[in-house]
Amino acid sequence: MLRAVVLRLVTTAITLIGVAVIVFVVIRVVPGNPIALMLPPGATEEDVARLTALYGLDKSLPAQFLIWVQGVVQGDFGTSITARQPVLDLVLGRLPATLELSVMALVIACLLGGVAALTGTRRRDTKVEGAIDVANGMALSVPDFLWGLILILAFGVLIPVFHISGRVTPSLDLPFATNFYLFESLLRLRFDLWADIVSHMFLPALALAIPLAAIIGQLLKQSLKETMHLDYVTLSRTKGYGENHVILREALPNAVLPTLTLVGVQFTFLIGGTVIIERLFSYEGLGNMAIDAVINRDLPLIQGIVILFAVIFTAVNLIVDLTYAALNPRLRHGG
Amino acid sequence: MNLDRRTLLKLSAATATLGMAGLPARAQAIDELVIAYNVTLPSWDPTVGPSAVNPTIQGLYQSVFDQFILQQPDLSPAPGLLTEWGWNEDKTQVRMTVREGVTWHDGSPFTAEDVAWSLARVANPETGSPIQFVWGTLANHRVEGNTVIADVVQFDPTIFKWMYFLTGYVLPKAYYERVGAEGFEAAPIGTGPYMVDKFERNAFVRLKANPNYWGGKPDFDTVTIKFVTDAAARVAEVESGNSHVTLEMPYEEFDRLKAKMGGVAAPISDIGMIFLNDIEVMTDPNVRMAAALSIDKQTIIDRLLSGYGVKIDTLQTPEYDAYDPSITVPYDPDRAVELLKASGYGPDNPVKFKIQTTRGFKPKDYEMVQAIVGLWRKVGIEAEIEVYEIAKHYELRAADQLAPAAFYNWGNSVGDPTTSTGFAMFGPSPHSVWDGEDLINMIGPLWGEKDEAKRIEGWKAVDRYIAENALVIPLLQYVQPILHAPGVVVTPHASGALLPHLMKRA
Repeated sequence: MLRAVVLRLVTTAITLIGVAVIVFVVIRVVPGNPIALMLPPGATEEDVARLTALYGLDKSLPAQFLIWVQGVVQGDFGTSITARQPVLDLVLGRLPATLELSVMALVIACLLGGVAALTGTRRRDTKVEGAIDVANGMALSVPDFLWGLILILAFGVLIPVFHISGRVTPSLDLPFATNFYLFESLLRLRFDLWADIVSHMFLPALALAIPLAAIIGQLLKQSLKETMHLDYVTLSRTKGYGENHVILREALPNAVLPTLTLVGVQFTFLIGGTVIIERLFSYEGLGNMAIDAVINRDLPLIQGIVILFAVIFTAVNLIVDLTYAALNPRLRHGG
Repeated sequence: MNLDRRTLLKLSAATATLGMAGLPARAQAIDELVIAYNVTLPSWDPTVGPSAVNPTIQGLYQSVFDQFILQQPDLSPAPGLLTEWGWNEDKTQVRMTVREGVTWHDGSPFTAEDVAWSLARVANPETGSPIQFVWGTLANHRVEGNTVIADVVQFDPTIFKWMYFLTGYVLPKAYYERVGAEGFEAAPIGTGPYMVDKFERNAFVRLKANPNYWGGKPDFDTVTIKFVTDAAARVAEVESGNSHVTLEMPYEEFDRLKAKMGGVAAPISDIGMIFLNDIEVMTDPNVRMAAALSIDKQTIIDRLLSGYGVKIDTLQTPEYDAYDPSITVPYDPDRAVELLKASGYGPDNPVKFKIQTTRGFKPKDYEMVQAIVGLWRKVGIEAEIEVYEIAKHYELRAADQLAPAAFYNWGNSVGDPTTSTGFAMFGPSPHSVWDGEDLINMIGPLWGEKDEAKRIEGWKAVDRYIAENALVIPLLQYVQPILHAPGVVVTPHASGALLPHLMKRA
């Protein structure tokens, strides 16, 4: 087990180095440099050279990379060209917003998917199961940003019950010490703020959750169906237990394991999906910042965000693998 | 858990209550004006970095900071922090009189020192101002009473126009030196109509009215500007009552909603045009002229932009100083066919070239180019469309590697011909596309022309020459759509800046 962990940590480090090299090179190779965006018409070649030197872009690619790596090792990811703030402060300041949104989306997806799977299993081979399958298919076919637009129209315009932009009402005074607004509002028992934050987060979280809920629902329902035919489940049925008991107490604990693994992997995709959804809902997270950084060719900020995303992805994958190894006896004993 | 009907109803009511917490009521009188803005604000320093030259952000800056000279909604200059300005007799010095009795948002007095320091700061190459090449034409800034004097290193007839253009803002010397660049980003102060109350990057800025504003306290005490970059989301914001004012939405949406709420659509200083590069078939004047004559601009405006646009035939709009209505390029497809025939081309043997365009960067940009390519096809021009990002356009233009034709939009909120025709068409500029020697010789003397009337006439002659030789194809002046709640009266600004202090209660 320990050997496996060390091996995973080494591969994780190599992955991150690879990501760093790729992102550094790619964003400098693709068309559009920040100086060309910055200089107005009328600027001379000397002006181009002056600003290029000012932002350190006049050096060779390896030299720029070396300077950047040296900074990263010391915790300095550079300074954002557009925001003129340290990159690390900017990305860490936004990370909590994106994490809270992703976790809320995950919770909603698990709830919706779980209810769909359990209902489909309970009413298997009926019209209800058919309806759930159709709903799952629709949820999967429509991309999350389109769900976002539908939700904005439905619950922002037609029945305006939720906020459709931002993370919190601007006029509210926030007593928070961290950027984990949702979590901290609960800790401080500020349910007024908590309700306002949830009201802002609910629609983007739901838009992110719907496709994932469909995946969870389908997989869990399939696992439950297979488990329902196993001998021990039949035995519990012959003992006289009701169908609800059989599904929830007997079948579910075994059927849920593959779904849990999937949820872990899908969580990383969920964080990736926040890029578009945050933009659509003007949610002040990392994804929204990433789009601005790309539009403005803010090279240090793009690098910082991509590296942070890579760290999150590899960390979540590592946790999922280790959890799976811990829960699965065959892997735990090296079988 | 037993989920009976009563419990379900209770849960539903609780959910609805939670959802509605804090939602603004659509029909209420407006206490706090909320604007859904189409861009985010990356940085608070209006003089350095990419934000400083982003025209769409200037409205945010002008809410907090004052420019040296005030620009009125019709683009004309007016006394602002400077009450008088001009050159000396031989134009070797500039003299500027500074308004008295103005205070910064922190209560400290605004002085001539602030003006001199602000000018010297952006003239310093180390500051990183993208417009240093303009500000650097003045040097040795000094203060005499409430007058600021500077020596002219190189005469620039537009220097005072830059004082109400990009980066032309006055910053607080003492405060900036005390808090530094980072401190200023965290807590910016200006002399403008609004003070920054709260700023969440990428989310919103909350502004409080400056009670001591020299131009009079604004109508709305509190203004929240939300950064809603998606056009559909912006429309939803005003339709749901979450915001009171928004801008830049599809014209179809504007037409649908303007009767229901309120709307203004006015021309702004932003034009759509097609750069022609002096390469390949574009070196043939017949091809260029045929391309220009075969575009039915008015029909494109009417069909694609719902009529929201003003046809133009030079790079000057009617508000600009060198606008000359006598310069026209008619829609004449028959003449275009004749010209192409003279060069050996026709519908059966079309002249071929590539046209580049953005898609979605400006309203209906790609669709307009599609329509133009369709019109060209009828006269014997076969153009292949290449879609690229705006960043790639800048890079290709700077390297003089644009395709023979390239769609672009050009902003010029000071309306001077130098910052439209000049920068767009002067070959040696890295941002120009046409490099013809004849045009360079015509434009060259105008950069430093001291006689203003002669200078403007010179630019008109340049525009006429460009039109007669089809060296660029101007298409239209854009119209900016603004939707607003019935309780607000919005005054549009021809620069395109949406300014909350120009908004009044209905």
